[in-house]
Amino acid sequence: MNLLGTWIAAGLTIAILSFLYRDNPFYKFAEHLFVGVSAGYWVIYIWAFDVQPMLVDEFLRQVGIEKWLLVIPAVFGLMMMARWFPAAAWVSRWPISFTVGIAAGLALTAQVQGYIIPQIQATLLPVVSIGATTAETVGQSINNIVILVGVICALLYFYFSREHKGALKVGSKIGIVFLMIGFGASFGYTVMARISLLIGRLTFLLQVFGLR
Amino acid sequence: MKRDIPLIITFLTGFLCVIAFFIPHPPFGDLQQRFLVWYAIVAGFTMILGLDSLVKYNVKKITQHKPGWQYSYVLLFGLALVLVTGFQSWFKYNTPFELRSSFMYSYIHIIVPLQATMFALLAFFISSSAYRAFRARTFEATLLLIAAAIVMLGRVPIGEMISDKIPLRSDWLLNVPQLAAKRGIQVGVYLGGVVMSLRIILGIERTYLT
Amino acid sequence: MGIFDRLANLDRRLIFLVIGLAVAVPIILKIKMPIRISSEVRSAYETIENLPEGSVVLASMDYDATSAPELTPMFRSFLRQCFRNKLKVVYTGHLAIGMPLAQFDLDAVTEECGAVYGVDYINLGYRPGFTAVMIGIGREIRDFFAVDYKGVPVDSFPMMKDIHNYSDIALIVDFAHGQTAEYWIQYVVSRFGVKMFACVTGVMAPTLYTYLQSGQITGIIGGLQGAAEYEVLVGQPESAAFGMPAQSIAHLFILAFIVFGNIGFFITRRKK
Repeated sequence: MNLLGTWIAAGLTIAILSFLYRDNPFYKFAEHLFVGVSAGYWVIYIWAFDVQPMLVDEFLRQVGIEKWLLVIPAVFGLMMMARWFPAAAWVSRWPISFTVGIAAGLALTAQVQGYIIPQIQATLLPVVSIGATTAETVGQSINNIVILVGVICALLYFYFSREHKGALKVGSKIGIVFLMIGFGASFGYTVMARISLLIGRLTFLLQVFGLR
Repeated sequence: MKRDIPLIITFLTGFLCVIAFFIPHPPFGDLQQRFLVWYAIVAGFTMILGLDSLVKYNVKKITQHKPGWQYSYVLLFGLALVLVTGFQSWFKYNTPFELRSSFMYSYIHIIVPLQATMFALLAFFISSSAYRAFRARTFEATLLLIAAAIVMLGRVPIGEMISDKIPLRSDWLLNVPQLAAKRGIQVGVYLGGVVMSLRIILGIERTYLT
Repeated sequence: MGIFDRLANLDRRLIFLVIGLAVAVPIILKIKMPIRISSEVRSAYETIENLPEGSVVLASMDYDATSAPELTPMFRSFLRQCFRNKLKVVYTGHLAIGMPLAQFDLDAVTEECGAVYGVDYINLGYRPGFTAVMIGIGREIRDFFAVDYKGVPVDSFPMMKDIHNYSDIALIVDFAHGQTAEYWIQYVVSRFGVKMFACVTGVMAPTLYTYLQSGQITGIIGGLQGAAEYEVLVGQPESAAFGMPAQSIAHLFILAFIVFGNIGFFITRRKK
């Protein structure tokens, strides 16, 4: 059974890779199979990890008011399904509002406490930072200045409430230098990630064919 | 009913989460915890919402013999296969996640290779697009190109084999100017996020109701 | 069409072939290259080394097969380091489709290390809701995970007796190919004061340097290179370390294509 499975996996891998030559029926077959099995997988997963343990099992386990309070999220979940019927689609607004409200409330405080404050704090660094050696002092001070200037200028580049001229133009020009370096570094890392995936698949194929 | 109640729900739940952040004690902390559990339950339902349109679209494609209708059979077969193996495994082992089960068999031998290879294709396309798009036409484009090249060499062993300075340059690039650029972008994004959250809670932003 | 025109307009299938070979040949020839350890990976490694015996580490599996070649070696090395240092691992996840992948690694490594389910580690499975689950665990983990991934009550496992919320967790390690690492930092690290480091794909790694510099995380293990460094530190080089020569050669060829493209472009532009 495992040998059959390995060959199914190898066959599907080659079918997807065949797209590199051009679009073809093997690729289309694999692509549609992928969409179908993924959708099925979600259904099983949501049932096994959400509905069953958090709703069905909890309902059976709980007693008194706690038991009956679980009816509320169950009804909200079913109301969400109202989107499947255009005439009753508005019913789904209630559970959507509930999830949107929670998400917005949590994000509001998390973004301030978890990003804006600590990141601004980490930007406001001493421009002269004394290290153990002169080289360390110079290096650290330069880095702190570069970070401070980089953050401010990158922000200025995205400030569109005033025309970019004078000091604002100079700032946004410096900002774009930082942005380009940032995008370049991200691209370099992205290339690395994509090649890693190919290494994973080719290693699998080479193992199947006994070449590794 | 259709508009006001949803806005009230959003306001109350959003406001409660903010209050519970500052006063994480009863009754606010308890109420928030209950709402978070409900959120997790309701979120599960949202994830299968797309199933209906996926099935409807493909059944329609088959019945109307639209181009490529044969592949819709493959899609529906894949969907049915996983559902059947999933529930069969559940009944047999009391869980679909038993490694010997047919559900896990379909996961290992169908989902994993398909998903992994689909993304591995990107290695080829990113190489081809790098070749075509990375032209040093302007000063900015040259900067982007140089930064990418330094990171690409500096983050692999061959970079150090060429020169031990390359990884150091790459580390500096990532830890200083790259960091500054990302922070500049994200401070703006998260300030926008805070404003958007406030607008949603206060009912000014209502696009999610359409 | 002159040679420089050709150089500026290579057929994409030729590029595909060369990249395919650049990756396959080093794998077949089993080429080896030395791995340099970066400071961000070393500090992640040391975070675990400095934890007292018996500490609880929460691992969040937020990846699937699309990024398994990068994150699987990190997870295996992480498990080896934890079990070697006699730490307890609680693992959960926010990406349903990837959860079984981590279970395969758990089964393989726990057998190798002699770790016992329910005593040394536990798999709590997946729950939808991302940030709601993350914040909810801060009060009581059982509100979301009353049972493990197979439906067995968590209170029946000895290791879960004293684990209720983040005050019982010494470290969070997120294995992520998406934004979840940022969610963990923003919603949990800052609010509950738990230590954390991130194991992420190359795509996500650059974003996390901002959190490393601000001291919100203690380390980053990023991409296949990070995974290879971590494998070397843990003392068991596997798929990531063996994949780095192929990675290196492929990068060289991509850079060569970029150089060829630019030479062709500039010479043909000058002629016009």
